[in-house]
Amino acid sequence: MSPLRQGRVWKYGDDVNTDVIFPGKYTYTLRTPEEIAPHALEDLDPAFVCGVEPGDIIVAGNNWGCGSSREQAATCLVYNGVSAVVAKSFGRIFYRNAINNGLAAVACSEAVEAIQAGETISVDLDACVVRCDRGQFPFPPVGESLVRILEAGGLVAWAKERLAS
Amino acid sequence: MPGSPQTFAQKVLARAAGLESTEIGQIVDARPDVALSHDNSAAIRAIWQELGQERLAIPDRMAITLDHAVPAPTARHAQNHAEIREFVAEQGIASFFEIGRGICHQVLSEEVLVRPGQLILGADSHTPHFGWMGSLGAGVGRSEMAVLWATGELWMRVPESLRVELEGELGSWVTSKDLALHLIGALGQDGALYRSVEFAGPGLVTLSLESRMALANMMAEMGAKNSYLEPDEAVFRYLGERLAARAGTDAAAETSGLAAGAIYPDPDAAYAASHSIDLSQVQVQVACPHRVDNTRAVSELSHIHVDQAFIGTCTNGRAEDIEQVHRVLVGRHIASRTRLLIIPASSQVLGEALARGWVQDLMQAGAVFGTPGCGPCMGNHLGVLAPGEVCISSANRNFRGRMGTPDAEIYLASPAVVAASAVLGRIASPEEVMA
Repeated sequence: MSPLRQGRVWKYGDDVNTDVIFPGKYTYTLRTPEEIAPHALEDLDPAFVCGVEPGDIIVAGNNWGCGSSREQAATCLVYNGVSAVVAKSFGRIFYRNAINNGLAAVACSEAVEAIQAGETISVDLDACVVRCDRGQFPFPPVGESLVRILEAGGLVAWAKERLAS
Repeated sequence: MPGSPQTFAQKVLARAAGLESTEIGQIVDARPDVALSHDNSAAIRAIWQELGQERLAIPDRMAITLDHAVPAPTARHAQNHAEIREFVAEQGIASFFEIGRGICHQVLSEEVLVRPGQLILGADSHTPHFGWMGSLGAGVGRSEMAVLWATGELWMRVPESLRVELEGELGSWVTSKDLALHLIGALGQDGALYRSVEFAGPGLVTLSLESRMALANMMAEMGAKNSYLEPDEAVFRYLGERLAARAGTDAAAETSGLAAGAIYPDPDAAYAASHSIDLSQVQVQVACPHRVDNTRAVSELSHIHVDQAFIGTCTNGRAEDIEQVHRVLVGRHIASRTRLLIIPASSQVLGEALARGWVQDLMQAGAVFGTPGCGPCMGNHLGVLAPGEVCISSANRNFRGRMGTPDAEIYLASPAVVAASAVLGRIASPEEVMA
């Protein structure tokens, strides 16, 4: 997976929960990427699925992805080509689901304050820095075990390698 | 470094990872005692199959309940359940609970499939529930559960802990739900993000076991990784008696065995923050749309008309909750433009409600009963809302769209407040009805 993620910004506020990212009523019936993708952010921003392009990045406030453990809250973004989420903080299960599906989840409050909706930014996972119009902002490196999962391309790919060895 | 004072979470994760001790922030490979999943098990199975394994690594440590959409509301939901049943039979998973047995957290507590001091990982965000008995329950995703099924272990970060010291006793009609909403209102929806929330103090033992379950469960809404309520004799007895009844063993021996497995924090363990709450000062609370931390005093909301009142869920669908509803409603009737839906958290809860005559009285009062399970909590079926409607609910989340449409409003409160609101057709405190 590429350590450099670049794309246009969709900006949202604090405490965006998994029910508005991917409604619970779909969680036991929609399974394929084709079924899941059209419902991303359905109850938060209906314009999102119409306008999202591969590489786009979500920028949000505190506690992005709080609430349910449903993994589609992360995969619905991946299936729409979202390459990273930069937030002030994350709901903990969303964070795990993002990393485990190869979606970069970066906590960087200073970058969130500086970034405007619609601008193009990049997230450099090697240098641990977010670059945007107003400058560049460092974020703490993700731990070693998580890097191994990201490098393998997600948790399932990592586990496959491990089980095969 | 071994010997440094440890929090509850540090100790449980050390035990689960086979280590002497752990440091806060350390990432460990933990082997949970129990791996819980539910209606999501068919989707997890599909991921597990990608891993190329023919047999599960930990069938004896798995528990699967069908609870989130039961009985199946559509053919697709039915197909989902059918795949799970096939998987359970093929892999020989003993701890499988059919539709109507109840909600996973309630069922695993009743069945004593989790014990104090253990680690339970669940593909469900309310797994912190198991903190009520002094175990560490944390939610994980579907891919993680699949890997756990295949390998028996998963990475966990040792969390910082937040300590809450409880003193005094709750006032009349004030419940642990109000305590939970009070705390979430004060600290915010991210007030315990990534943290273990650990309750102790003389006020804790004044809470009934079912009240403790509601409190532990609700900490998910503050961002907590897990909850922990220091277990006492009442906890060990509840579990011990159930174990003994099932296995035909001696209750006293089971109880002391459970007590021996309990884990307590060291007295000088390090906490990221500490709070003290005088229970006698907690007021009846309501969480307003669309945030759990948007809390108000019930008296400020008496102008809000209620279309649907809902009693149920893993938070407040137990016997104690239905008993409170019964106290408010017996001999009364719900308002003409309001409906009251009661969905017990388990078949045992429903059995008790029947045996004690509550069901008949509540049906006379205008209540409708549903099959034990999660009900309409997350918008699948059995009482979802129409656009423009208002629901007052004993559940845990009032997020926009949660109960099926983004154009409805959900208020969260204790079962007694939900019952009083059903009687008056508007948000109300039990005192207004009982006066």
